[in-house]
Amino acid sequence: MAFKIVVLIKQVPDTAEVRINPETNTLIRDGVPSIVNPYDLNALEAALRIKEGAGGTVTVLSMGPPQAEDALREAISMGADEGILLTDRAFAGSDTWATGYTLSKAINKIGADIIICGKQAIDGDTAQVGPETAEFMGIPHIAYVRKIEEIRDGYIRVQRLMDEGYDIVESSIPVLLTVVKEINEPRLPSLKGKVAAKKAEIIKMGMSDIGAEESSLGLKGSPTRVKKIFAPAVRADRKLFEGSPKDQVEALVEELKKNKCI
Amino acid sequence: MYLKVTISKCTGCQECLNSCPYDAIEMRDEKAFINENCQLCNMCLEACPEGAIKEIREEGDSPAEAAKSPDNTYRGVWVFAELREGMPAPVSFELLGAGRRLADKLETDLSSVILGAEKEAADELFKWGADRVYLCSNPALEKFNDEAYTEILSTLINLHKPAIVLAGATAVGRSFIPRVAARVNTGLTADCTSLEIDEETGDLLQIRPAFGGNIMATIVCPDHRPQMATVRPRVMKKGQYAPEKTGEIVQVNPDNIISRTNVVDSVKEVSDIMVNLHEADYIVSGGRGVGGADGFKLLEELAAVLGGAVGASRAAIDENWIPYSHQVGQTGKTVCPRIYIACGISGAVQHLVGMQSSDIIIAINKNPEAPIFNVATYGIVGDLFEVLPLLIRKIKEIKGL
Repeated sequence: MAFKIVVLIKQVPDTAEVRINPETNTLIRDGVPSIVNPYDLNALEAALRIKEGAGGTVTVLSMGPPQAEDALREAISMGADEGILLTDRAFAGSDTWATGYTLSKAINKIGADIIICGKQAIDGDTAQVGPETAEFMGIPHIAYVRKIEEIRDGYIRVQRLMDEGYDIVESSIPVLLTVVKEINEPRLPSLKGKVAAKKAEIIKMGMSDIGAEESSLGLKGSPTRVKKIFAPAVRADRKLFEGSPKDQVEALVEELKKNKCI
Repeated sequence: MYLKVTISKCTGCQECLNSCPYDAIEMRDEKAFINENCQLCNMCLEACPEGAIKEIREEGDSPAEAAKSPDNTYRGVWVFAELREGMPAPVSFELLGAGRRLADKLETDLSSVILGAEKEAADELFKWGADRVYLCSNPALEKFNDEAYTEILSTLINLHKPAIVLAGATAVGRSFIPRVAARVNTGLTADCTSLEIDEETGDLLQIRPAFGGNIMATIVCPDHRPQMATVRPRVMKKGQYAPEKTGEIVQVNPDNIISRTNVVDSVKEVSDIMVNLHEADYIVSGGRGVGGADGFKLLEELAAVLGGAVGASRAAIDENWIPYSHQVGQTGKTVCPRIYIACGISGAVQHLVGMQSSDIIIAINKNPEAPIFNVATYGIVGDLFEVLPLLIRKIKEIKGL
């Protein structure tokens, strides 16, 4: 039994490093590094372990600008067999619907038994692209997978994280899984992997390569639009205390007593 | 439509780079260049002091897009009510509160869909504001199943054409609602923190944190129906509970439900800390400013004095100062205590969305510019290691401890 596994990865700005300029309320992005979405590294690790156990190949697929190639090379250095970059001006401005559509077209082209992605990307935090991709492909998905219990020809059983515990879920294959951090500890790149990553040729695919309809791509194909972006508002009734720590604490306690909070 | 930089006007000042929330502008040959990440939010248009960035309309863009107005046969507001032990989960009542407000504004009615439940569950939904309940009592649906839920909800949407569909951003909602959106061919906005109606267009304004939660975005779905959104538990306030209120039950009897996935077992695993954070009246929470695992001892002491729980921001979790189960924020828990005390938390929106519905927020931070002060009810600017011992002593005095 050998599985053809496709891992979806996204290159994201390291949001932990992003700060807001308090005067202009804009993002300070100077020197913010691009990283592979952390949950996608868990997805890759899960794929590599399936490959090591049952045999198969691991293809990493990313949709993004040309520089997302770096993310694919990083995945290859960890042990992925090949990297494919979906890049085309026509993909620009895609929301989750259009992203799911585009990825599904590409995966259909590549072929896959198991598709694995992180539960969500840390820049958008929607967790929608995985399930939407599965729907467009017409295959089942299992979200928030925290453990793969069994996998064999045409069958998989996993633990799915729920709000108050977990479910044991079985599915036929092909299937798409989205994974949570708890599933594993991603490995570090090996020396051999780093060499392979340097040499690897990243396959590039555009709109015509995946047979997608232009009207369903990018901004045109996206049902949602960003209407406005703004900094969070200041609470109207706020009180900022002044003076020494002791004065401020006393003023706070007075307020809390007044409001019967203590 | 796309944005273009007029090279001759661009002075290379990079103002636009900082204004862009999507990392879509880069410098090429000392001029700004807009790349594929552009979402057309037009922030850079305002930011450019030279007026060098322009909106370019393409052939077919304008008249075609204007003609593509939404289908007005879609009416009404729907809330998908998920089950918790045979009854609607609390988030359903919060969504009905929000949905009622939207429906009243649009002068339309509010319906709810519940699967795998009995009539008592529907009655509860009426009392919390629903006018109509689509009830499917098939016991096979008591356990959540992505494919079956997707099939039934999509079929109902296509049949009854609601204008708005809301669901909880829970493990269940976040898993199958995207499938429904893809199937019925419409947009979906995750984790909305506020929902409004556009006075002019009647469109649903879906407000959510964007870009890792450092900034807020208003999302619309102008040409597709229904407009779909998920909302996290404890973000919206419940509506009025009317014990006498009833409504119309529409029985739904889907024929042969098939699914390629199967839930073999459901295991409950609720940690004490999860219960504490959700039920506590007081939460004392720490961030990067706490400085280490030792610093959290002071927070624990304050929490103990108040009879509350201890929370943390992602920064403290990432540093391994306190276990993940304590995390409050977009990737952690959403909490809504009476009093939330944020100690040494700078206040990325990522964190704020997890706690800003708290009744009273007390911020303690050395940096007077920290964004946490924007959401605070009370702010103390100072070193938490000085402030907390004073506060603990003071509260002990009052409580006679």
